[in-house]
Amino acid sequence: MPNQPDLQLWLILFFPLLGALINGTIGRRLSKGVIGTIAIGSVALSFLWVARALSELGQLDSPHIERYFNWITSGDLKIGFDLSIDRLSSIMLLVVTGVGTLIHVYAVGYMDHEEGFWRFFSYLNLFMFFMLILVLAQNFLLLFVGWEGVGLCSYLLIGFYFLEKFAGDAAKKAFIVNRIGDFGFSLAMLLIVVHFGSLDMTEVFEAARKMPIEASGGVLTTVALLLVVGACGKSAQVPLYVWLPDAMAGPTPVSALIHAATMVTAGVYVVARSSEVFLKAPIAMEVVAVIGLITAVVAALIGTAQNDIKKVFAYSTVSQLGYMFVALGVGAFSAGIFHVVTHAFFKALLFLGAGSVIHALHGEQDLSKMGGLKSKIPITYGTLMIGAVAIAGVWPFAGFHSKDAILLAAHAHAPWMYWVGVFTAGLTAFYVFRAIFLCFFGEYRGKAHPHESPAIMYMPLVILALLSVAGGYLPVMDWLAPLYPAHEEAHDLTLIMISVAFAFGGIFMAYFVYVLNPGSADGYAKSLGGIYRAIAGKFYVDEAYDVAIVHPIEHGSRSVLMNGVEEVVVEGGVNATVAVSRSVGGALRFLQAGNIRSYALYVLLGAVIFLGVMAAGGGIR
Amino acid sequence: MPQLNAVPLSWYLMLSAILFTLGVAGFLFRRNIITVFMSIELMLNAVNLSFVAFSHHLRQVDGQIFTFFVMVVAAAEAAVGLAIILTVFKNRRTLSIDEVSSLKN
Repeated sequence: MPNQPDLQLWLILFFPLLGALINGTIGRRLSKGVIGTIAIGSVALSFLWVARALSELGQLDSPHIERYFNWITSGDLKIGFDLSIDRLSSIMLLVVTGVGTLIHVYAVGYMDHEEGFWRFFSYLNLFMFFMLILVLAQNFLLLFVGWEGVGLCSYLLIGFYFLEKFAGDAAKKAFIVNRIGDFGFSLAMLLIVVHFGSLDMTEVFEAARKMPIEASGGVLTTVALLLVVGACGKSAQVPLYVWLPDAMAGPTPVSALIHAATMVTAGVYVVARSSEVFLKAPIAMEVVAVIGLITAVVAALIGTAQNDIKKVFAYSTVSQLGYMFVALGVGAFSAGIFHVVTHAFFKALLFLGAGSVIHALHGEQDLSKMGGLKSKIPITYGTLMIGAVAIAGVWPFAGFHSKDAILLAAHAHAPWMYWVGVFTAGLTAFYVFRAIFLCFFGEYRGKAHPHESPAIMYMPLVILALLSVAGGYLPVMDWLAPLYPAHEEAHDLTLIMISVAFAFGGIFMAYFVYVLNPGSADGYAKSLGGIYRAIAGKFYVDEAYDVAIVHPIEHGSRSVLMNGVEEVVVEGGVNATVAVSRSVGGALRFLQAGNIRSYALYVLLGAVIFLGVMAAGGGIR
Repeated sequence: MPQLNAVPLSWYLMLSAILFTLGVAGFLFRRNIITVFMSIELMLNAVNLSFVAFSHHLRQVDGQIFTFFVMVVAAAEAAVGLAIILTVFKNRRTLSIDEVSSLKN
């Protein structure tokens, strides 16, 4: 490609990888200061390199692609190690490295008292490496490498406190549930290879663009649906969302970075990246929208009845990811990505703020043991409040702009989706403020002595709070506009007013229940009866999966695989082998007399017989 | 070298065969380990003799090279073998090959 600057994009990946390698190999012997410097420095360097690359690239009217080497060559199929930046990935890069840097800074303060400091930062840097591969990849296979890599790091970090059984269980759950999604993703890749003969995104999308719209299904629809399966796993959508709330077993910076701001948006990113495929598959688009909507509502409902502050925000993340899927499904890709960006700001802020609260209370996560912290940890309170207002969608905070872009697009697509979305927005405002009120207002109900977090922790909070206030004015949607077909932006003021009204309604309800009439919540819960129990029981999804999937597999493994295959086939085979070699050896043992001269005699006899046969056969010619 | 040429190849081979048979017989029938060891050397040298004889007869140098290899290996083998014999004698106070059979069963 002529006139393209050589930007050395690989350096963006290289810095975090180097950090991970240094901290992972010799980190044990380094001081915490050095480890923290390496970890923050490597991510900050890659942020700066992204910034430099983007400033060189300017308008990015066509993607900037750098091809390094041929990775796999098999017949006609060539897969290269190629990295690219286009308008979409530039936004993701800035979010991942920018928010990533802030969270790394915060984590240095948060993890200060923890064991395995070096291990934590090694994993965190490795995560950044894989996430950046995922974003920068120019072909699906390389993207898949990043996709699996972030899954691995997520597993490692959820299970960071591996001495606790629940952490190990949560890590396994995340890994296994994600595997289902990954299976769909790899099937999609195989189908793409079979059909397009290439995995290079530019080539595939070029070919997809020329194909007709599939009104009643076809190969593009299948590819799109399989990609959705993958995206559902990674982005925690119904029915594969169950791993994300449990993933909160990991340290809080991990929840903020991986399970709120970056990795879980990978599914959204992939769908937005493959927009050419999805635009040709209206059925798949509809599926995405409906999945997103169901996820948004279900998770928001569950979020209202959680008592662990991190679980509340976890369900909120699931719900917000649902919003992003709605945006993708109704064709408002740029609104979806816009929400990814603003969500990264305010959800990272909420999680880091929650971490700051937990830190202040020496590890207490139960909302019922908090309260009245407003004056004790004022900076955390202020920043968390901003995050809550932002997620509730109050003008002019960040969440308002992206959420309303999504809701307007949903209304243009199908009005009922708008109403469900607005209802969910009200619920969102309610449960987030419920958490805030329970945490900061009323009487202090705990025993620990709260203390404000150190500057290294609240500085990232302040920066993220500023971004949550002003992030809505970033021109993300205009920047993305050339990538996606024009979407009529009916700037209907009434619809906007309705959604804001719902947000205020939610906030007020939370205020009424938890501040004006503290203790009244139980009464309301009781009057709801079975509905409340279902919500508090998370709709018994985990239990249903247990009965429908986990138990049959466990039982089948025990009765068929263990008692059948393992004991009869495998052990039987091994035992038979042993018996045969023992009897053969027993027979041969008689030859082994231990007398050297008899061995020599055997050799001589052998030689004589050999020569005799040779001579009888006429010798060697 | 007319004198050498006067001796036909078959004589060398016969001598080699006789020496080899003597080696085999010694290996099979003697009990003293050192004698057995010397019998092995005798067999090796019998083969060396036929190598050299063939080499001369065919006017090719290969056989002589082989001979050197055999000598090198034989030297190494002698070093190791004698060391083993010494150790066996130190431990067992015997050089009878029939009494060194503890690997049996």
